[in-house]
Amino acid sequence: MTNENLIHYIHGIADNSMILGQRISELCGHGPTLETDIALTNIALDLLGQTRSYYQYVAELSPKDITEDDVAFLRKEREYKNVLLVEQPNTDFAYVIVRQYFFDVFHYLLLKELEKSKNVNFQAIAKKSLKEVSYHKRFSGDWLKRLGDGTDESKQKTQQAVNDLWVFTDELFHMTKDDQVVADAGFGVDNSTLKSEYYTMVKSLLKECKLQIPEVKYFQKGGKKGIHSEHMGYILSDMQFMQRTYPDMKW
Amino acid sequence: MSHTEKKIANADQIRSLEEMFDAKIARDGKIEPKDWMPEKYRKTHIRQISQHAHSEIVGMLPEANWISRAPSLRRKVALLAKVQDEAGHGLYLYSACETLGISREELYEQLHSGKAKYSSIFNYPTLTWADMGAIGWLVDGAAIINQVPLCSTSFGPYARAMVRVCKEESFHQRQGYEIMMTLCNGTQEQKDMAQDALNRWWWPALMMLGPTDEQSTHTEQSMIWKLKRKTNDELRQQFIDQTVPQADIIGLNIPDSELKYNNETGHYDFGEIDWEEFWQVVKGHGMCNKERISARKKAWDNGEWVRDAAVAYAEKQAESQEAKQAV
Ligand SMILES: [Fe+2]
Ligand SMILES: [Fe+2]
Ligand SMILES: [Fe+2]
Repeated sequence: MTNENLIHYIHGIADNSMILGQRISELCGHGPTLETDIALTNIALDLLGQTRSYYQYVAELSPKDITEDDVAFLRKEREYKNVLLVEQPNTDFAYVIVRQYFFDVFHYLLLKELEKSKNVNFQAIAKKSLKEVSYHKRFSGDWLKRLGDGTDESKQKTQQAVNDLWVFTDELFHMTKDDQVVADAGFGVDNSTLKSEYYTMVKSLLKECKLQIPEVKYFQKGGKKGIHSEHMGYILSDMQFMQRTYPDMKW
Repeated sequence: MSHTEKKIANADQIRSLEEMFDAKIARDGKIEPKDWMPEKYRKTHIRQISQHAHSEIVGMLPEANWISRAPSLRRKVALLAKVQDEAGHGLYLYSACETLGISREELYEQLHSGKAKYSSIFNYPTLTWADMGAIGWLVDGAAIINQVPLCSTSFGPYARAMVRVCKEESFHQRQGYEIMMTLCNGTQEQKDMAQDALNRWWWPALMMLGPTDEQSTHTEQSMIWKLKRKTNDELRQQFIDQTVPQADIIGLNIPDSELKYNNETGHYDFGEIDWEEFWQVVKGHGMCNKERISARKKAWDNGEWVRDAAVAYAEKQAESQEAKQAV
């Protein structure tokens, strides 16, 4: 296992937190209640905090003299390895919650395994993040219940979000070559082993919420290989605006 | 007792209640929501506290405008946390206001219809990253000057909310100043960005302390109720005296050619404020008045089905709980 394998593996995990954190923070000040605004901002803060820990580790591993901000802001679109799910837009509150729940369950299962990594950095980050992500999962799960089993309107909107986002769940379990090398070395997690528990958990909550489980033949993929949706370019043009317009400055 | 006699007795009772009420405030006692209070006291407090709450949540918008574009991860996290703090301030203040017998829905309705006001400063646009520095430094700075005296105001829930709020506002102020300082230690382009932000925010920040004393209404009653302890002009002078040396330290110029330290008074003399601009923005014709209110309205309207779902779900849960207990 080379440092490069390891760096790519970390991108695969950290870019999910980065891009989802970025997406959620777009909502700050625009949510349905002050309480949900505060809670979603907390989740964004947690995700961005985790991102920083991973990116700082990448900067350490990198042969070049770089910082967390170079990792966050100076890569090209193809170099971001987040899954397509996290870059999906904040279409409405149902999409926000369903996207969050679909990701949180995966994130939770991943961290539970990553905590057992042979790598001490991963152990430490996973341990700290696991507490945060357990809360995220509870928050999004509780809201999913309220929306799924609330009014007819909320049920219909939530079902729509479930149907639209379901196709992005399969990619969570894909393994790149780097992922495989790092997992084989006992540092990383083999995501494919999380899949059955994931779908058991998600399906059981959807049932509890009285929502239909979509039947889908074809899933979407690409993000993990750097091939993103059309949304990604706009996310990055916002995110990287300052670094691109005013290069090499301290803020 | 005849009808008239009853009325007189009632009036006497109210007069003595009012005397007790005034005496309590005079000896620095706190008025609590369950205490008797004159109707005018209640109305004035609903107006002022809700106006303050609205300012906190409308105030989230100009800064939220830069979260997605913050120039570093550290700055992004700090800005996000700051805007979240403002949401928290809104929450305590709405809660304090609700104790006076008005609902959050009614308060929002007043904001959305334009009946309730919020601080005009938030109707100015945030155009560059340096505006995040200028707002923290100047806007939170002026807010502190306005709010510190309220920590000992007469209405208990408001006073207690202000103690918490002021602590966080002073953290915001230091954070904003630190953004400005970093820019001033940076490249020429960054320094120019900081100066440009100061140029745009300085005068609106001075206006935050309110109209001049001659133009200001209902100050006397507010002094008695400790909603106000110093006049607007005194507060403004305090803000200027405090801020000018801070600008000097980081090498920024206050955009006022008449600004000059007066050895005799020990204060800075300063130029004329453009009150026409002040009233224009207060009356709803600032650059962003419409955007701010429509953003708040949009959030509220789009959130309606979410709030309804939460209520419906809670009712279903309560019902099934009851059914279980019945068995
Ligand atoms: Fe505040
Ligand atoms: Fe405030
Ligand atoms: Fe503040």
